[in-house]
Amino acid sequence: MELLINNDKIKIPDEIGNVSVLLEHFQLDKHIVIVEVNGVILDKTNHRDTRLSDGDKIEIVHFVGGG
Amino acid sequence: MSERYSRQEIFAPIGAEGQEKIRNKHVLIVGAGALGTGSAEALVRAGIGKLTIVDRDYVEWSNLQRQQLYIEKDAQNRIPKAVAAKERLLQVNSEVDIQAHIMDVSVGEIEELVKGVHLIIDATDNFDIRLLLNDASQKYTIPWIYGSCVGSYGISYTIIPGKTPCLNCLLESVPLGGLTCDTAGIISPTVQMVVAYQVTEALKILVEDFDSLLRKLQSFDLWKNQQTAIDVQSLKKDSCPSCGTVRTYPYLDFSNQTKTAILCGRESVQIRPSVQAERNLDELASMLAHQGKVDQNPFLLSFTIDEKRMVIFKDGRVFVHGTKDVSEAKTLYHRYLG
Ligand SMILES: [Zn+2]
Repeated sequence: MELLINNDKIKIPDEIGNVSVLLEHFQLDKHIVIVEVNGVILDKTNHRDTRLSDGDKIEIVHFVGGG
Repeated sequence: MSERYSRQEIFAPIGAEGQEKIRNKHVLIVGAGALGTGSAEALVRAGIGKLTIVDRDYVEWSNLQRQQLYIEKDAQNRIPKAVAAKERLLQVNSEVDIQAHIMDVSVGEIEELVKGVHLIIDATDNFDIRLLLNDASQKYTIPWIYGSCVGSYGISYTIIPGKTPCLNCLLESVPLGGLTCDTAGIISPTVQMVVAYQVTEALKILVEDFDSLLRKLQSFDLWKNQQTAIDVQSLKKDSCPSCGTVRTYPYLDFSNQTKTAILCGRESVQIRPSVQAERNLDELASMLAHQGKVDQNPFLLSFTIDEKRMVIFKDGRVFVHGTKDVSEAKTLYHRYLG
């Protein structure tokens, strides 16, 4: 399926069915992240339950520590 | 209109009135690494009235690639960053009142540092201290600007007490140690970009143009050509222990204070003595001289033995270089320093 992630059209394998797996796919699962799907910020506990479908607009911001 | 700040005063959102406001403000920058030197130079050039800058470390060769206030002799002589930064900042603008402290910021220090401060800029490298800044910001109603970067990725967010969610609302938990000490390297444009966001937000706050604040969690990746911002206002939580209705300011609790810390991206451990007392570096130098190699400057003493090196600061703190193992560091500390 094709998702709009941080304003870039990105093709991802269809077996990535939810936000939690998507974060693993981008190696962000160990980070603290804020995820917005179609304009709504997800509760961190809902990442696994949030299904993805073609054309979803997703924003992901992850926290880093360096400075 | 003063010649010195004329270009900033012609810029309509600041103007002569804004310039006068900037001149009457006091900013605290915590950390004088990449982000801290960038923000400090920009604010000093912009004519900030008073700047306090604090850092626990000294200049090393690996800093020179991106920490813009430092030069080779600072690395050669292991000059504490606070000292080297102040020297350069006064060369840039001698009209600014610059307070520089060689200091590890924890609970006791932050409560002193924030007195009379209008804005705190985060230039630290770990979340323990950011959550401390966050609680101090809420307790004393002082805005602060989070900023962080690694590789080509950067992130920033402005926290206005009583208006925006705080860092604790956004994180919900302290990121694990491994994530705070990134070893992915960094390029200087990433630093400059975060500094650009932080200083622009700072100028808006200093001239009291709060309506112009970004109000979004901003991130970018310069190498991947990405930029994104999320409006996180809905994440403000009434139940937050830092900014909610019942506040405990958990990170200002002395019992949460750490005595040892692994320094970011380096094989080093910092040890803070439980009772703070100034070290007599001359006495220490003569005591250690027959056990290893001793180098000294007015601010710190470096003691090399085998593969390990210890740096002892006047304020009693010790860096043990060559290990990430806290217990090994403590053993060395007690063996040579009592
Ligand atoms: Zn909060």
